[in-house]
Amino acid sequence: MNPRRTVVTGVGVVAPGGVTRDQFWATITEGRTSTRRISFFDPSPFRSQIAAECDFDAAAAGLTAVERQRADRYVQFALAASIEALADSGLATDEATRQRTGVVLGSAVGGTMALEREYVVASDSGAQWLVDHNRTTPFLYQALVPSSLAAEVACRHGLHGPAQVISTGCTSGIDAVGYAHQLICDDEADVVLAGASDTPISPVTVASFDAIKATTAANDDPAHASRPFDGNRAGFVLAEGAAVLVLEELAHARRRGAHIYCELAGYANRSNGYHMTGLRPDGAEMALAITAALDEGRLNPDDVSYISAHGSGTRQNDRHETAAFKRALRDTAYRVPISSIKSMVGHSLGAIGSIEMAACALAIENGVVPPTANWSTRDPECDLDYVPNTAREVDVDVALSVGSGFGGFQSAMVFRRLTEAVR
Amino acid sequence: MTAPRADRGGATSKRAVVTGIGVVAPTGVGADAHWKRVLAGESALRRITLFDPTPYPSTLAGEVSEFDALGWADNRRVVQTDRWTHLGFAATRLALQDAGLAEVAGDPYQVGVTLASSSGGNLFGQRELQRLWSQPSRTVGAYQSIAWFYAASVGQLSIHHQFKGPCGVLVSETAGGLDSLAHAVRMIRRGTPVVIAGGTECPLSPYALACQLRGGLLTSSTDPARAYRPFDETASGYVPGEGGAVFVVEELGHALDRGATIYGEVAGWASTHDARYTDARQRGDATQYARAMELALERAGARPDEVDIVVPDALGVPGYDLSEARALRTVFGPTSPPVTTQKPLTGRAHQGGAALDVANALLAMHQGLVPATAGLDRPASGCDLDFVREHRQQRSDLALIAARGFDGFNSAVVLRRGSAPG
Repeated sequence: MNPRRTVVTGVGVVAPGGVTRDQFWATITEGRTSTRRISFFDPSPFRSQIAAECDFDAAAAGLTAVERQRADRYVQFALAASIEALADSGLATDEATRQRTGVVLGSAVGGTMALEREYVVASDSGAQWLVDHNRTTPFLYQALVPSSLAAEVACRHGLHGPAQVISTGCTSGIDAVGYAHQLICDDEADVVLAGASDTPISPVTVASFDAIKATTAANDDPAHASRPFDGNRAGFVLAEGAAVLVLEELAHARRRGAHIYCELAGYANRSNGYHMTGLRPDGAEMALAITAALDEGRLNPDDVSYISAHGSGTRQNDRHETAAFKRALRDTAYRVPISSIKSMVGHSLGAIGSIEMAACALAIENGVVPPTANWSTRDPECDLDYVPNTAREVDVDVALSVGSGFGGFQSAMVFRRLTEAVR
Repeated sequence: MTAPRADRGGATSKRAVVTGIGVVAPTGVGADAHWKRVLAGESALRRITLFDPTPYPSTLAGEVSEFDALGWADNRRVVQTDRWTHLGFAATRLALQDAGLAEVAGDPYQVGVTLASSSGGNLFGQRELQRLWSQPSRTVGAYQSIAWFYAASVGQLSIHHQFKGPCGVLVSETAGGLDSLAHAVRMIRRGTPVVIAGGTECPLSPYALACQLRGGLLTSSTDPARAYRPFDETASGYVPGEGGAVFVVEELGHALDRGATIYGEVAGWASTHDARYTDARQRGDATQYARAMELALERAGARPDEVDIVVPDALGVPGYDLSEARALRTVFGPTSPPVTTQKPLTGRAHQGGAALDVANALLAMHQGLVPATAGLDRPASGCDLDFVREHRQQRSDLALIAARGFDGFNSAVVLRRGSAPG
């Protein structure tokens, strides 16, 4: 077994319903939904008019004037989450540490919010194919390349380790943390700020999901529109958010006496090779990813004490995922608590995978699992324990978090409480 | 079907080699056509034809001319995707053919795919933005959600070729082209024997050009023969290009078992970050760039004096050329190994360009011939490295490829020829 192991020593979150780690945990354990009618622009031309928006104050989150000017909203979120996570970890960023600290962040759609805003100006609202670059922000190139996300965070904290942005659509948040974990295991870094950010609530993204009816059109009741695993679910609710975890090599964390939330015990992803947006009902590849992630951690299916589901609330996803849990975990699937916090904070595309991992770390820490809100009607194809509506006290030793995304990507992450037995 | 293997954490002793090269570049489609043009020293830069560049201060690019996407994918997949993905379809098929692998994976879970992408589906995205904003109905087409985003190529390729092992999409601008090879090695060491890596790019829509103009590093030269001149005293910025290269990276034993041609081993890799923004008025950070090269050599177990070829980033922006020269001198001392870049022939295809640099290095080692560096007459002050001025017949066992990404990314990869002991 590889002597280098990865642990989580810091958590930072920007989420709808409250933009700090503590507010996020309160939101999801109280079962509060933060989905609402879109306020960023007039959503009336669109099929889906609901989103989970963040009431984010960049200055209050500690961003400098330069950062607020340069950075697109999704980058600002990541900066804020990274500041909170680093402070939480208590890591001293001295020169030697900064050389060996990397940044690996995920984002599904990157700077599309800024790209669209600037496009509208440069093209005179779509009138000009040959857009006028002189009319745009000077930071337009940073919007084109989502690598800006990692660059800004590295610049902020003076980090010289490997920097990377992972963009595997809606599994980006899991895959970024998985990539960071591999850097630590392979001795390419000792510490990595790992997570994801997406702020996709702009017309082009809303229209893109409208076109394929992936988002819900339950516009008359925004607060109850995100209904994972419920018999009346009708699509996901778009959201924004970010989470950053401080991942650290175990011995490195021990030497400095860091508080350890949990160990990152295993990670895997697979492609379904089936369809860009469709899912095969059997959940085969998600099940393979789950099995491989458990296997890396030398864990069995019955070790799993909580599953943070992808649970997007589309008809096909929740069925697919339920099948995957049964396929990978067999009997355990029927007794393990499973929940989708997307019922409360919506689906922030690439970011949500990291936000859900933050929830897993906090669930292990606090012995509580968040519920699936808005659950009222049983679906015969979704017949597992989805922790309906109310948080539950559970001793979480092993948390499994999964994601599924456009392109057919299926990812699984396993966190384990670091008890004396596994030390 | 083989059972999935554990994605075990940490390094195993497995080694990764390149057994297939697929080039789709302005200099040619297919490694042979491209290499022929490289040896002829013929630049493919020209005035942009994909759109009318008249309003812009930069009008040149390296385009893959007369590229017919329908020769590489069926109509349905072509319609659903951007030109960047079309180029990826072609490069991937060429790489598989070159490696002697079937177009559809025999055991899908034994093949992974991890490509780099700097900017996604630019032409497709701009067309859809125009449709959205120029009509009151505020709609886009059904394929916008799967064509514009950065994972589009990897998703489409995994479906078509049945690459159902681990997957990755890396976005660290130009440096990502090298990072994808490093990530392929990580996947191989964790038990997936075949991984498709590299990447293509098409930063040639009006809006993508506008973005690059704002980046401040493009040349405004209109003379294709003298526009992109890295390390030269007349360097004035880069010319964008499209295309790139895709590779079949394979576990050494797997390659040997099936008698595959081995171009080279991915022997070392590293990436660092400057923690400093890119600014054309400055020089970039030689310290972290040199450190990435040193770490890559260290991982390969190689000394600097063993390096036979260096393929640099060659941005063509004076301050950055100077810092790159400084980084190389930091690593190699006063006597640098032969340095060659072909980017002035193709334009800078961002991460696709870094992948193309890897292809060039592999071909140079494989053919025993280092092509002359392009776009250089008189090195700028401080940039006097050992540039390859005429093609050199030379046995090369070790190559260092280096790349930088906008706003501080540095990556380096060390390739070892064939399967020489290491």
